[in-house]
Amino acid sequence: MLKAIESVKYEKPPCILLRDADRRELFRSGLEYNAPARGVWNIVHMGLLVPEGHQVYVCAQGCLRGVALTVAETDDMERLSWVSLLEEDMFDGTLESDVVDGVAEVIEKLPYRPRCVLIFLSCMHLFAGADYEVILDQLREQFPDIDFVDCYMTPTMRETFSPVVWLTKRMYSLIKPLPLNKRSVSIIGCDRATDPDSELVRIIREGGFTLRDISLCGSYDEFMQLGESALNISYLPTALAGSQELSERTGAQALHLPNAFDFEVLSDNIVRLCEALGVGLPDVNGYRSRAERALEHAKETVGDMPVAIDYTAVTRPFELALLLGRYGFNVKYLIADSVGEDAAAFEALRGEFPDTELYSSVNVNMFDAADEQNEPVLAIGQKAAWFFSTDNFVDIVSNGGLYGFEGIAKLCGLIEEAYRSRKDRRTVIQQKGWGCSCNAQI
Amino acid sequence: MKNVSRILPMYTADTSGVCSALYEFGGMTVIHDASGCNSTYTTHDEPRWYDRRSMMFISALTEMDAIMGNDEKLVNDCVSAAHDLHPEFIALCGSPMPMMTGVDFAAIAAEIRGQTGIPTFGLNTNGTVSYISGAAQAFEALVREYAHPVPKREGTGVNILGMTPLDFPLGAERSVRRWLTENGMELVCNLGMGSVLDDVKQMTSARVNLVVSQTGAAAAEYLRKYLGMPYVFGVPIGRGFSAKLAEQLRAAAEPAVGGALADGLLSESDADTLVIGEAVYSASVCAALYEDMGIRAHLLCPLPCDDRFLAHTGGERIFAEEDIERYALEMHPRTVIADPLYRYIVPEGARHIGLPHLAFSGRSFQRSIPDLINTDIKEYFR
Repeated sequence: MLKAIESVKYEKPPCILLRDADRRELFRSGLEYNAPARGVWNIVHMGLLVPEGHQVYVCAQGCLRGVALTVAETDDMERLSWVSLLEEDMFDGTLESDVVDGVAEVIEKLPYRPRCVLIFLSCMHLFAGADYEVILDQLREQFPDIDFVDCYMTPTMRETFSPVVWLTKRMYSLIKPLPLNKRSVSIIGCDRATDPDSELVRIIREGGFTLRDISLCGSYDEFMQLGESALNISYLPTALAGSQELSERTGAQALHLPNAFDFEVLSDNIVRLCEALGVGLPDVNGYRSRAERALEHAKETVGDMPVAIDYTAVTRPFELALLLGRYGFNVKYLIADSVGEDAAAFEALRGEFPDTELYSSVNVNMFDAADEQNEPVLAIGQKAAWFFSTDNFVDIVSNGGLYGFEGIAKLCGLIEEAYRSRKDRRTVIQQKGWGCSCNAQI
Repeated sequence: MKNVSRILPMYTADTSGVCSALYEFGGMTVIHDASGCNSTYTTHDEPRWYDRRSMMFISALTEMDAIMGNDEKLVNDCVSAAHDLHPEFIALCGSPMPMMTGVDFAAIAAEIRGQTGIPTFGLNTNGTVSYISGAAQAFEALVREYAHPVPKREGTGVNILGMTPLDFPLGAERSVRRWLTENGMELVCNLGMGSVLDDVKQMTSARVNLVVSQTGAAAAEYLRKYLGMPYVFGVPIGRGFSAKLAEQLRAAAEPAVGGALADGLLSESDADTLVIGEAVYSASVCAALYEDMGIRAHLLCPLPCDDRFLAHTGGERIFAEEDIERYALEMHPRTVIADPLYRYIVPEGARHIGLPHLAFSGRSFQRSIPDLINTDIKEYFR
């Protein structure tokens, strides 16, 4: 990896020193490489979270392939069907009727009656101006007992909402308003349950509130009960829009408590949460001290070993790098293609640790980076493990359900574990959908 | 509806076919599609991706570039990447969005070739048809660009056309080379697995081409038509059929005749076994079953193929889930040999022998794909 910065002059360099980075555009756009780290969830994994739901994808064969094999690998073939689009479908006036007829045929053939059907339309539909309302109206008329929702697999349309943000909005649009229950609280937009030891979950549960989360729902009816929550909490950036939209519809309060690595933000999160719930403040300093002790302990264990962090591991990689850097960790490498909600941390990191090396994950000149010799590195994230060819890595994606001060303490434990023991990188990082079952012969 | 599937997955698409075909030749292949859309290929369709580097990229097409027809960005990005990576050639292939906006890949390829001096070709893919089309175009383009007349070598030199991991397990390239050697022939170029660009340049020193999947047919036909090279369809599966195929290959090496089907590839009457899969490979399985085990089998190919392979289904082309299911039901087979993910439509009472096919089930069973080339197949199909 070092070779890339020091010895080769590229037209579009895949790496820069942080001091030279402009957060508006970290790297010049161009052709893109795709690293074989597969832990990040895709829209199919997300759609599977809706209990008793069935997904139907309507798109070209090439696009269908990825979604169909996602469920093949998780043994969920029974929960996904498809309608393929051909070139002539764009021009023969059947764009909408093909969706209606195809989805109806799928429903009739299913061995069970789904409670809801998520219909995924494609870039081709958006580009051709397909009329979604007509599609939904006709299907609702034919199948009044089933909830239909239009979803989008439209990666080309990334200048509006990302596919993950879109899907979060659409999934939670299924929830109908119920009389609000002040003792019911929902966490919105997570792929996995939030760590029960986190201050977020403990404060809610110890206050006697019912915690609702899609990943905890065993039935569609249970999922619908999210409609009674008087407080909807989001902490992932991709969940914010969906949580706000849901709250607006049900009349609940929306509260965004970002999963930060900044102690002030985390303390403020606790205060805001307690205010919203109307409960007393817990021992914030106690939580904070535990995180501090864990950081110090991990630093002692890891010593000066170079650390690499990638953007798939945590939603605020620059903020994590800043925190670890301030505790003495040798955070030498970062892998990120853009700056997200931790722009302030990015600027602070640039000021305090300007020699940090920043790598793109998609730049074409990274395609053989994993073959470069480099010093032993401790990686946080699958892409960092791949590019730095290290088996000493923390295997998490999108914070891995960890949250808050307690999340930092647990992450430190994972860092120590990664330092002490090696993982089967080849198998671990190629498994699709972190935390999902996978029967693929990797 | 013919384009509806309740549960079966689909075969991989033309863009993956292009990438798979060109993987080992040192070129740079660019899919003109949205960011991340190459992950289907690199995750499910390319078992070499983790261990072996190849310049397979995506253009990261955005809605604005599509709407505004910003082809200049694609040209500039390809030229820039070529400057950094020095590929032997550049291949461009399209996806649904460029199809809708009518992107002229031939013109873009000409522009890139002009700016870089690197051989560049545009391929007519759109993500809506199977890998057979994409891989076939890619192989043909490669042959058109690099296979020029060279003196014939001594003995029976053979090219293998159409071998990719989409249809064959990794290692099959070594097995087929061994088989040729054992039968007194010499491999010149294996178009798809185990050869490099210099081997393509030597292809016309061979005397005959063996087409091991439908993806190799277009290149074979080009080599026959313009360079006088005969070709034979068939995969040397099992013992008996492999021996017959070797004999036929040697015979075909003499006169420059058209594409011949290996003896025994066509339909067996009164079949009680159904083989579902790619035409050349699966027809060869049928032939091998008969030669080695006396089993009469029919082929059902749900992919584009040479018309002659349709003899098994009475000339009927069968692609849709409902038609495959119906055909299998009406045939009343005792055994169905097909990818494990066909298990959902195997008729009740029929035995299903899983024969994993990467182009269908991706990496789900990739380590269980058997190498049946020139080997004893009785144990596998017992």
